[in-house]
Amino acid sequence: MAVTVRLRNPDRMLEAEGPATVLGLLRRLDVLPETVLVIREGTILTRDETVRDGDVIELRPVVSGGAP
Amino acid sequence: MKCKVCRARAAVEVRRHNAAFCPDHFLEHCRKQVARTVKEFRMFGPHERVLVCISGGKDSLALWDILLEEGYAADGLYADLGIGGYSERSKETAAGFASSRGATLHVRSFQEEYGFTTPSLAVLTRRVPCAGCGMAKRYTFNRMALELGYDVCATGHNLDDEASTLLANVLHWNVSALSRQMPALPAGPGFARKVKPLVRLAERDTAAYAVLRGIDYVVEECPLVAGNTLNRHKESLAAVEEQSPGSKHAFYFGFLDRAAALFRQREAAALGLRPCRECGQPTTTETCVLCRTRLTAAERAGRLEGKSADEVLALARSLSKSVR
Repeated sequence: MAVTVRLRNPDRMLEAEGPATVLGLLRRLDVLPETVLVIREGTILTRDETVRDGDVIELRPVVSGGAP
Repeated sequence: MKCKVCRARAAVEVRRHNAAFCPDHFLEHCRKQVARTVKEFRMFGPHERVLVCISGGKDSLALWDILLEEGYAADGLYADLGIGGYSERSKETAAGFASSRGATLHVRSFQEEYGFTTPSLAVLTRRVPCAGCGMAKRYTFNRMALELGYDVCATGHNLDDEASTLLANVLHWNVSALSRQMPALPAGPGFARKVKPLVRLAERDTAAYAVLRGIDYVVEECPLVAGNTLNRHKESLAAVEEQSPGSKHAFYFGFLDRAAALFRQREAAALGLRPCRECGQPTTTETCVLCRTRLTAAERAGRLEGKSADEVLALARSLSKSVR
């Protein structure tokens, strides 16, 4: 069992060891917390929440752009 | 983490305000920030007609949602850039939102209006796709706001967009752009009033707003955006913000409070605008940049003969900065 992490753009999945705080997990994945929403079962998680083995979470990027 | 207002479990942390909010109070926070911005910069009044520029992404749909919730007469305008399946999905998403709210969405296609798409224009002019796309979008939104009789044209630019643009303008000391980088630009001859009501919200806030409101928005990135300069500046600013929350806000609002007026004074007399001889839109040259681009694209259109839309898209991608 592990935490299943869905990454976007492009869509892909990876597994990470739990339990971990959201902040700890993001640091391990080298993702800046301000650049994503962490979503578990439709609920947005703050950086102090804990994710556990068996959880499925989405790291949804918030940075969008291109021509202004 | 607890909600700053009600002490319930928080969903969204806003570090630059040293606060966290439960879903309901976060939505209220966003609406208040927009209302404050609209009032502070005198963007529009309760009886004015607002045209919201819609991409199908989180920012423009969040803005449209907030304005509708606040009771404004806000319609949408979607510019179909012709970027293959990405544009198709974006248009469907924008139309779906409009339908769910009983709102009016105008649609204008680059191909139908100008005879080019964002990918074909990039290939024909050998320029980075975002350059021509941004120019044609600004032209389209301004012209449509005037032709359709709206009082004001609103875009979903957020704090990250504005801070990264400011960084780019400062790095190159683009004085002309700095003189125009305001959250509200007044109407002038040939120009619609333009406003950016989301500048007090970071893009993480607008994404959270859209998720919490159940707004179906396009999460995928434009396939032509790879290597975009502003996105690279956003990454740099995100790293600064992580170490020092509030830096982006201080950078942008400090500019507005203490520096913007200096650039405006300098540029005020320099423009010398006149109507374009082709389309009548304001320009500093005889023919505006959109019409010059349109004519160039038409002259070179033969170069794309025999190429499928997918092949043109692939060629345009090769012009993105990261793969050049």
